[in-house]
Order: sequence, then C-alpha cells, then structure tokens
Amino acid sequence: MNQSVFLYNPAIKEMISKWKYRGDYCLGDIFKESFVQTFKTAFGNEINDSIVVPIPLSDERLLERGFNQSAMLADYLQVEKKEILTRIHGEKQSKKTRIERISARNPFSLNAVVSNKVILIDDIYTTGATLRHAATLLQEAGCPKVSSFTLIRG
Amino acid sequence: MNELTPFDPHSELTLALRYSGKLLLRKEIPLDHATFQQLLNQQQFIPHASIIRKFSGPKCNRCNNQKRSLFGIIPCQICRKQHLYCRKCIEMGRVLECESLYSWQGSKPDWLSHANPCSWIGELTKRQKLASERIVEAVTNLEKELLIWAVCGAGKTEMLYAGITSALKKGKRVCLATPRADVVRELLPRFRQAFSSVHIQGLYGGSKDNDGTAQLILATTHQLLRFQAAFDLMIIDEVDAFPFHADPSLPYATSRAKNETSTTIYLTATPRKMHRKRIARNNLAHIFVPVRFHGHPLPVPTMKMSLNLRKSIQRFLPPNHFFTWLKNRRTPSRQLLLFVPTINLAERMGEKLIEKLLISEDITSELDLVTVHASDVNREEKVMQFRNKEILILITTTILERGVTFPSVDVAVIDAGHEVFDEAALVQISGRAGRSIDDPDGEVVFFHDGKTDAMVKAIRSIKSMNRRGGFK
Repeated sequence: MNQSVFLYNPAIKEMISKWKYRGDYCLGDIFKESFVQTFKTAFGNEINDSIVVPIPLSDERLLERGFNQSAMLADYLQVEKKEILTRIHGEKQSKKTRIERISARNPFSLNAVVSNKVILIDDIYTTGATLRHAATLLQEAGCPKVSSFTLIRG
Repeated sequence: MNELTPFDPHSELTLALRYSGKLLLRKEIPLDHATFQQLLNQQQFIPHASIIRKFSGPKCNRCNNQKRSLFGIIPCQICRKQHLYCRKCIEMGRVLECESLYSWQGSKPDWLSHANPCSWIGELTKRQKLASERIVEAVTNLEKELLIWAVCGAGKTEMLYAGITSALKKGKRVCLATPRADVVRELLPRFRQAFSSVHIQGLYGGSKDNDGTAQLILATTHQLLRFQAAFDLMIIDEVDAFPFHADPSLPYATSRAKNETSTTIYLTATPRKMHRKRIARNNLAHIFVPVRFHGHPLPVPTMKMSLNLRKSIQRFLPPNHFFTWLKNRRTPSRQLLLFVPTINLAERMGEKLIEKLLISEDITSELDLVTVHASDVNREEKVMQFRNKEILILITTTILERGVTFPSVDVAVIDAGHEVFDEAALVQISGRAGRSIDDPDGEVVFFHDGKTDAMVKAIRSIKSMNRRGGFK
C-alpha cells in the first residue's frame, strides 16, 4: 500500500536531480510542507501507533552524497523514526531496467525487531521493487503492518 | 608527447599532463586511494581549503562566491558535522567545507612547440589581416590584454588563427572561452580542421572528452572553474555577453586560469561601458574591425510604432503593422527570424501565428513555423533545421541573439522596447541579417509602442560602425 505526494514530471525531475544527485541538501525543504500535509491526510488515524523507517543508502553511496534523502524526508514527519534497515552496496536503482529491478535479490538486511506498524519512507516509487524488498523483510520479522509513503510516484 | 612510450596512467608524464594547471575536488581525480595518498605525501598534490570563513562571511575558494545566501548548511554524514557547502558552483560538483581542493605541484608538462600547426587554407580580407597581425604582435610581445572590437559577421574566428599559431609554435597553451556550449560545439570542428595536427578538446557541461589535457582548449567559461595557472594565451569570446558580465565568478575563474605571464584577447561586437571607458582612457589596447568579411555594410534597423502593440500581445499576436510588413517584404524568399521578449510569449505566439498565417497562406504547413527558447530540449535540432532552410519562420527569445549564423534571413523584433532588449542585444540581433556573401543584406524591423534609449542607441551605433567602415 503506497501513497505519494507528487507525480513525476520534468520540473520535479530537475529539482530531484539537483537535490539528490548534485547534492543540494537545502532543496529538500521545498517539499517539506506538502510532504507533511499529505502524510497527515494519508495516515491520519494510524500515526499514533506507527513508526517511520527511511529506506537506507549503502555506506558507499552515503559517503558519496553526504546525506540520505529518505532520512531527510522522514525527519520532517512528527513520528518516531527508526533506522533499522541497512543496505548492501549495488548498482543504482535508477540505472537499472524494470526487469532487473524486480528480479534483483533483496539488498536489505534488518538489524532490529519491531512490533509497531511501519511506514516506509522513500523519495521515488517507480516499480515498487525497493519498497517491496524492505516490506518483505519487515513482514517476515513479524511486523503487524507495513505501508509506504513516497514523495514522488514515477 | 612521445608516441612510443607505453601509456601508464601513473607515469610522471601522464600525471603532469592530467593534473597540472587544475584545481580539483577529490572526486574529479580518478586515482585509487593508495596512489593518491602517496602523491599527497610526496607533496605532488597540495590540498587547499575549499571554503574559508572570514570575518566578513564565508568564501568558496573554487568560484569565489561570498554571498551568504548561496551557501547551504548540511549535516554531513561523511565527517559527522554540520557545515557549509557552496550552492553557487554546485553544477560543477559540490564543494563541501570538509573536503579540500587539490592542485598539482609535481613536474610541469612540456607542451609541444609545433613547427607548423596551422592547416587552414583561406584568405583574410584587408581588415581581418590588420586585426590578425595585431593579435600576433600582442602574443609575441607578451602584452597583457587586447580587445578586438569586430562587427557582427566580421569573421573573427579566422582572425584568431595566426595568433594561436604563433603561440603554439612557442609551445604555449591556449584556451578559447565562450559563454555558450552551442559555440564550443560549432567551433570545435572548425578548429580541428584549422589545426589538424594539434590535440584540441572542447569542454562544456556534458562533453565526453573532458579530462582537459589538450594544448588547445575550447571551453564554456564555467569549465574554467577547474583550472588554475594553466594558459599562456586566453581568448575570451563575446566578453560583453550574459552570463559573463553578470556573474562575477566567471571573470574570477578566467583570470585564475591564466599563467602569470599570459596574453588575454577579448572579442566583442558590442563592448560594454567598462571596456569603452578603458578604451577611451587609453588603458586598454584595442583594434576595431568595422567591416563584415563580405565587404557590405551592416543592415540598419527601422522602427515601426504600433499603438495597439499591448493589445495584440495580450492576445499573443504581433501588431497589425507586422502583417503589413510581412506581405510587403522586399525579398519574400528570405527566412524570417522573429525575436520576442519572453519564453511564454514565444510559445503562445507560435501557436497563434501558425493558425493565422495558414489562413492568410503565408505558410503552407504548420511545420513551417517553429518556436525555440533556452529551456527547449530540441533547441539544437531546431536551429539546425532552420539553418538547412527546412523551416520558414523561427520564433525565438534572445537565446539566438549571438554566436549563430543563418545565411539569409530578415529579422523582426516584437516589443523591441522590452527591457530584455538592451542596446547590445539589439545590435547583436540586427547582426543576424545579411551574413552571407550571396545575400549580404536583410531587413531588420523593431516593432514597438514607444522608442527606448536602447533602440535609439543601437541604431546610432550600427550607423556609426558603418561610417567607420567607410560607408555613407
């Protein structure tokens, strides 16, 4: 169950690439208000017994970028954030085809058990492969409910 | 470079060639960690602070940005601290406060002294020759600066060849910097033909061949942010152009990219006030080339006042006078270049004009009229089509005011009184007409609803250049 704030279009694409790939950290704040508002509308009644879990970057990618855009988005929300996922370094999702993404092996591992409902946070939902991998792990570990919330639906 | 040495990416020679005269971020230096550390320990690479905080505020040592508003704060996951990064030059790769900039202090590369680098075969006109010889003189005598004031269509590229040749003969390194990537792409094949034995690279955002190891480099001005004390001859094309004069980091980058004893040649058809003042005070050497290469005068614009211009523009149409003029052009076979002040107007007017001109049978198909502007992804393609005469009418913003040549066009400016059309822009726009030896004339019309200083001065300046060229 995924919900998003914006649909992907050329203008958003440009902003995201400047923010994420060029590393213009401040640009994230442009999305803050809409992100928080839409989140409240989408998860209003579940916020109290949920935690948010941002999709992690691999250590290599984090050193390259200097910040994790998903964690930045998660920080905007007035909900407890737990960074319990880690990611094995691999190819960038954005460089893969649809088939490659869906058939890739799970790049995540879980380093804590959670009993709360989880809302996964990421910047872009394209094929949903990334979020499904993360959700599978959480469900197998006994998480009662996993949803996801992204800034953009590609 | 000696052709016989096997290529070793870590040889002294290769490193010197690749890194000498640069100022780079670690991620712009494609060496593995161990090699890089070793070179750092041997002090072949020297680290420099990338962002310094002075009493007056922060300063980026790559682009000289000192505006507080153009620095961002990032909770950095690399060094686990909150610190600054520069937003002004972020398009060239992000400068973080916790990372250094590196310059090469190892051995210097030996640039070839070419015996006979110039393979251009062609004749210069008398006027071009004078300028060409003056440039050679400046290069030979290590003069600091020289401004070439050459009218639109004077053939300035060819005037440069002799000066570049004499620099290459002495084993000097040469850079031609221009504000636009279009121009780099247009000049690169011409230079490769004119200097067929010389290693030449074109650098612009997204260029493939971008390690900057060539002796002769054509680059957009932004690319010079990666250079430091590299060039003996620096040629600055369109020195009056946006964004060069509007962005202080560009003159900064250009002057840092020069060696201590270097010659700088400025090229312009419309010198700005600063340069005119320096010329008048005799503290900037210059030479004026008042005649186009084909020996014909510059087309002088006419002004057409339309009191209903505002109303027409609100309906995204040119004024009625424009349609009258279109019907009565002296040479109806010429293509038409139509300048409008804004992107929005260009797009909307494009749609409306297609409808209207199809009805009046001025065009036969909707493909005859095309709109182009700066944020248009198909810009290059459309310009090519217009150049190949596959399009009759091209509506454009000031993006095409300079640096592009269409052989045979009439030019109209809609709302010429708009503030984007300053004097230099109007002179450049008028300079798009009559560029070809086969059709050395063209009509230029300013449609307006009230004369501006810029219009009057542009026309006065064109007339005065013609007078100086010996035309009545």
